Amino acid sequence: MANPAKYWREIPQRFRLEAAKCASCGKIFFPPRLICDKCKSRQFEKVTLKDEGKVLTYTIIRVGSSQFADQTPYAVGVIELDDGVRITSQIVDCDFEKLTIGQRVRIEFRKIQKVGAAGILCYGYKCVPA
Amino acid sequence: MRDVAVIGVGLNKKWGELWEMPLRDILAEAALAAIDDAGVDHIDSMYVGCMSGGLFVGQEHLGAMMADYIGMTPVPATRVESACCSGGTAVRQGYLDVASGASDIVLAAGVEKMTDVSGDEATYALSTASDMEYEAYQGITFPGLYALIARAHMHQFGTTREQLAHVAVKNHRHAAKNPVAQYPFEITVQGVLESTLVADPLHILDCSPITDGAAAIVLCSLDMARKICKKPLVKIIGSGQATSTIALHSRSDMTWFESTAKAAEKAFKMAGKGPRDIHVAEVHDCFTIAEIVILEALGFTERGKGGTAAESGMTALGGRIPVNTSGGLKGKGHPVGATGVAQVVEITRQLRGESGERQVKGARVGLTQNMGGTGASTVVHILEAQ
Amino acid sequence: MVGIVGYGAYIPRNRIKVEEIAKIWGADAPSYKRGLGLEEKSVPSPDQDTITMSVEASKYALKRARINPLDIGAVYVGSESHPYAVKPSGTVLAEAIGATPEVHTASFEFACKAGTEAMFVCIGLVESGRIKYGLAVGADTSQGAPGDALEYSTAAGAAAFIFGRDNVLAEINETYAFMTDTPDFWRREYEHYPRHAGRFTGEPAYFKHVLGAATGIMKKSGMTPKDFDYVIFHQPNGKFPLNAAKQLGFQKEQVETGRLVPKLGNTYSGSSPIGLTAVLDVARPGNKILLVSYGSGAGSDGFIFTVTDRILGVQNLAVKTREMLDNNKVYIDYGTYAKYRGKIRKAE
Repeated sequence: MANPAKYWREIPQRFRLEAAKCASCGKIFFPPRLICDKCKSRQFEKVTLKDEGKVLTYTIIRVGSSQFADQTPYAVGVIELDDGVRITSQIVDCDFEKLTIGQRVRIEFRKIQKVGAAGILCYGYKCVPA
Repeated sequence: MRDVAVIGVGLNKKWGELWEMPLRDILAEAALAAIDDAGVDHIDSMYVGCMSGGLFVGQEHLGAMMADYIGMTPVPATRVESACCSGGTAVRQGYLDVASGASDIVLAAGVEKMTDVSGDEATYALSTASDMEYEAYQGITFPGLYALIARAHMHQFGTTREQLAHVAVKNHRHAAKNPVAQYPFEITVQGVLESTLVADPLHILDCSPITDGAAAIVLCSLDMARKICKKPLVKIIGSGQATSTIALHSRSDMTWFESTAKAAEKAFKMAGKGPRDIHVAEVHDCFTIAEIVILEALGFTERGKGGTAAESGMTALGGRIPVNTSGGLKGKGHPVGATGVAQVVEITRQLRGESGERQVKGARVGLTQNMGGTGASTVVHILEAQ
Repeated sequence: MVGIVGYGAYIPRNRIKVEEIAKIWGADAPSYKRGLGLEEKSVPSPDQDTITMSVEASKYALKRARINPLDIGAVYVGSESHPYAVKPSGTVLAEAIGATPEVHTASFEFACKAGTEAMFVCIGLVESGRIKYGLAVGADTSQGAPGDALEYSTAAGAAAFIFGRDNVLAEINETYAFMTDTPDFWRREYEHYPRHAGRFTGEPAYFKHVLGAATGIMKKSGMTPKDFDYVIFHQPNGKFPLNAAKQLGFQKEQVETGRLVPKLGNTYSGSSPIGLTAVLDVARPGNKILLVSYGSGAGSDGFIFTVTDRILGVQNLAVKTREMLDNNKVYIDYGTYAKYRGKIRKAE
């Protein structure tokens, strides 16, 4: 899945939540883009996403890919961060029964994937109950 | 733009796990069935929808493959892809080819052979319909994405797991009357709810299967069709296509399919029809929740009320607007690239009066809705018996 | 004056009890608990490793330090469970905290004292003026061979310290290193689990070096046990640090705040450093702290700190170590533990 170049170029986003804010209308894009889909401006400023937010919807993956076998079942949700940007992220260190829509979560740095026993390790963001 | 008719339809003999058949033969079987049904001896142009010949069987260049294996080189052939909407998109491209006057007789086919890879590899291939770097990388699966939609819909509108299950039960009941279907048997609501949980709240029986299969149609200008077509004429009166964001999380409303609403709006406008005028429909029930949201986006039910449709019998054979008389993706199977074309096959047969046990009496106007990813692409066609 | 400007720790929330491990191997749990002075240990989730824990601990350290990460001139991670054998853990850590590209990185290794090695080197670089701030992390997701005595204690955790010259919360007064070639515990290249020499790991190894470093640093600084408010020793089990304290003439009260092992287990390169963070969480201005680590192979690093006024303003800026240790725990069974720790042989 992740060859080194493909993984490496997303590091500013996955490690530091670097995003782009449209200089014209203020919409934030994560990952950054070349053109604002709202106002069509092509000027952006670099911003960092807020590291806390709330759960908009979630599910518990019970049949997943073998990549995540050791963690199955695990929760994944769409999280709306406090600056309004939405991300898809696993929710870990949580009791499935206690997960609710609207729950507060914060970002933690975790290992997301690995490429077999000898390939690269791929890191990124997950959410934990805040 | 000229009027376009569907003059030939065909599927390969059976959908399911076709261990003995390679992709090229499954595709050719369906294509030849449609060409035979049309009774034509030549084609001007052809399209084949396939989500990923590359990831599933390691074969690309399927346009040329099809032209070759149906014995029709040097006819131009184009491979079309928009994930699970590849078939519908192939139909639309074929439609535009005839409507524009560029071609008179066009073959639009769709195929997917999904069983040559392991379950894990098939899951990966299907996941490429989502945002690979910002959805799939994070560990979300395809059922997981639809589960996110389901939970949001349940939270917002009170839709229940039973209502989801009723969609699968209805589609299986229809599939039981379809000899080509992968799963021609009935199931129960209890059975759905007790089946293995895949991604809460979706159970395995809420999910369409992995299938090998192909479908094909022959399109022709209406004028020429009146001269050469020996079957009851079916005209495409509306065609619409639209996109939405690739990632579910980028949408402001995660319980709605904007691409479906937009594509339907264009198709209805072109056809001069509304949701109430539709007698029978084939929609993209990749997961039970999908059919529910699609019905709302098509305007068949009010927003938030999609869950009542299957539950109340509204969308069953004999109901007010039968949906997925073929068995849908759940009962008939979902060879990804073939689905959108097979939907047009089913509706055409309904409008010709050829559907036997599954016939919707008096069906004159039908609709197909084919969708890719979590709703990032939709193609809608409306057909009318002439 | 040079010292610590920010500190933080990270402890995963999974725990496994001694009884649960003993049950599988048919061992007598009560006697193990007594003998090791240990009740339970932390276990990392499959998505956690030395790198992820280092990042979280460092982020807490940055919260307390309140500096610009771009001013960090060195990022060192000490561990015996670096995720890569070749590719320093510090590269990922430095990227994650935004310290790249003008930063020096290296991985340190010396069994359980790799973390204090990183601290030792950072201090030198800051004192020399070569760097403005240095980040030193001790972190491990240590592995014990199934059924071996070490399986009861090998735990996971991380501690991070940012050293600098201004605005320190604890001054560094003295450092000391005591090292000999003593093969008490080792792991050969390509071996999955470490080996140890049983009782040889006690007197000629742990105690010789810990006592040697403690005595040496106190002599060098002209201090005696009663001059210290807190002492933190490396904690391979609950008993050894108490024993070392007794032999040196420290009181139990001086050791207890920094002795987390009974509920945490031995976090190897994180062991004494995490103990230091627990002390800093409750320390008062003027407190004197002695830290003595131990790494098999063997050696001990000694540090003497004096807490400054600034400590009171930073303790609450990030989560406290004892809170992470005591709250939000989830107990797992041996099967889950074996799955999380990759001890189950799978088809490739």
